[in-house]
Amino acid sequence: MNSVTVFFQTTGEIIKLLMESIFWCKEALGNREKIFKQVVEIGNRTLPVAALISLFIGGVLALQSGPTLAQFGIEENIGGIVGLSFVKELGPVMASVLVAGRVGSAMAAELGSMSVYQEIDALKTMDINPIRFLVMPRFIACIISLPLLVIYMDVIGWFGGALVSSVNPDIHVPFSVYYRNLSELVDFSDVLNGLVKATIFGIIISIVSCYVGLKTRGGPREIGTSVTKAVVLSFILILVFDYFITRLLILLNLD
Amino acid sequence: MSARTDIVDEEGSDTKSSFKRNTPVAIKITKLDKSFRGNQVLRNLNMDVKPGETLVVIGKTGSGKSVLLRHIIGLEKPDSGEILINGMDVEDPEVRKKHRFAMVFQSSALFNSITVAENISLYLREHRVFQDENGIRQIVSNTLSIVGLEGKEDIMPSELSGGMKKRVAIARALAMNPDLILIDEPTSELDPMMARTIGDAILNLRKHVEVTQIVVTHDIDLAHYIADRIAVLDEGRIIEVGTPKEIDRSTNPIVRNFITTQFEREEGGTRL
Repeated sequence: MNSVTVFFQTTGEIIKLLMESIFWCKEALGNREKIFKQVVEIGNRTLPVAALISLFIGGVLALQSGPTLAQFGIEENIGGIVGLSFVKELGPVMASVLVAGRVGSAMAAELGSMSVYQEIDALKTMDINPIRFLVMPRFIACIISLPLLVIYMDVIGWFGGALVSSVNPDIHVPFSVYYRNLSELVDFSDVLNGLVKATIFGIIISIVSCYVGLKTRGGPREIGTSVTKAVVLSFILILVFDYFITRLLILLNLD
Repeated sequence: MSARTDIVDEEGSDTKSSFKRNTPVAIKITKLDKSFRGNQVLRNLNMDVKPGETLVVIGKTGSGKSVLLRHIIGLEKPDSGEILINGMDVEDPEVRKKHRFAMVFQSSALFNSITVAENISLYLREHRVFQDENGIRQIVSNTLSIVGLEGKEDIMPSELSGGMKKRVAIARALAMNPDLILIDEPTSELDPMMARTIGDAILNLRKHVEVTQIVVTHDIDLAHYIADRIAVLDEGRIIEVGTPKEIDRSTNPIVRNFITTQFEREEGGTRL
């Protein structure tokens, strides 16, 4: 098969997996324990790192833009700049990259290992649909977890920006001024904008990682290859979709 | 013999179960062909399996034994030919509604993230066979005792030896109360003592359930130990079928060669 055929075949199979996952969402209530377990797993894997990186990204944003704003005497706008950057772009993208790297890779490795060691075949022989049993709980867990993680990262990132803005002598904007400006410039539609992105990125990460895992054939080496493939493909799709979602939101006057 | 009573004693129990009594199935395979990327694995294969019998398919590595099993359970689709289960095509959805099939994989294929008990009860839970935990616990306990692993419910698969994993996989298959059990290379990578234990576990199934069993192996010793009939597979074709004694008396040079080579290896001390 040439690469064009492979591209269309892969795209078709990913869309089919997405549709089947959506179809099996009707069984979500009966599988709530599995979904909850996956949400906890995502939280365990991401919350500490997410706190650390968002604190420093918020700090860097303030550090980079604060002194320049101060030169023009408009440093009190730093809260709005950090706030908007985080809710609309950095929060959803950084959270998704983190989840793809830490959770998507684990999903691809787990499902890849199950494929290689015939556990997926064992499920089929027991008349247990692997998409309902394995993919749907991860799909729903990602859709629930990513927006929550984005809110968590937004709050910590804002705080990181506030901390640097107040401590750094070149900026010197107190917490109260920073947060007042932030609340004036960031409104609910901006937050919603980031959450829409996060939800779509959650769908991408879960479906791509599960697809790559389920398609794994061979042995341990192929499991490693699948993990790399899932993470790289997720990163690319997150960034590509980020552009198109932003464009669409601007067109719909939601940005 | 009641096929159900030894797996779970429903009498005196208020456990409600949607389990049907199992009925051993007859299988008829006609002109089965399968190739992978131009490599023909099964060639015009014909085979009959009688209800309730244990048919052992023997053949050297790469002769197509596992591929044959994967076709019977529906994990592979043939290029041509048909597989009939009690007269119905294996791909007919009605087959799965009327009959339960279980397979024991060569790698055991236990789920490593859950305990032995959870592995065995997975089918029962996912298909909501029982409405309470008592019925599930009873089946887990009874199937583990059939394969000689009493009290191992809470152990993780990673803590089990290769032979124990195989026996848990057999218990998991048995917990489905199947009409057909397919067992792929049950004694591969096991020492002779453990191979005999697995053989005993397979024989023990017959005392507890009326079920059709197809076992594929390259271990002629195991085949003689457990088989009602033996089918010899070579280059994707069944070349001889008969009782163990008939196979021993076969004049087919390929069968003779296979048996002789196996016994020579056993005399060399590599097997039982």
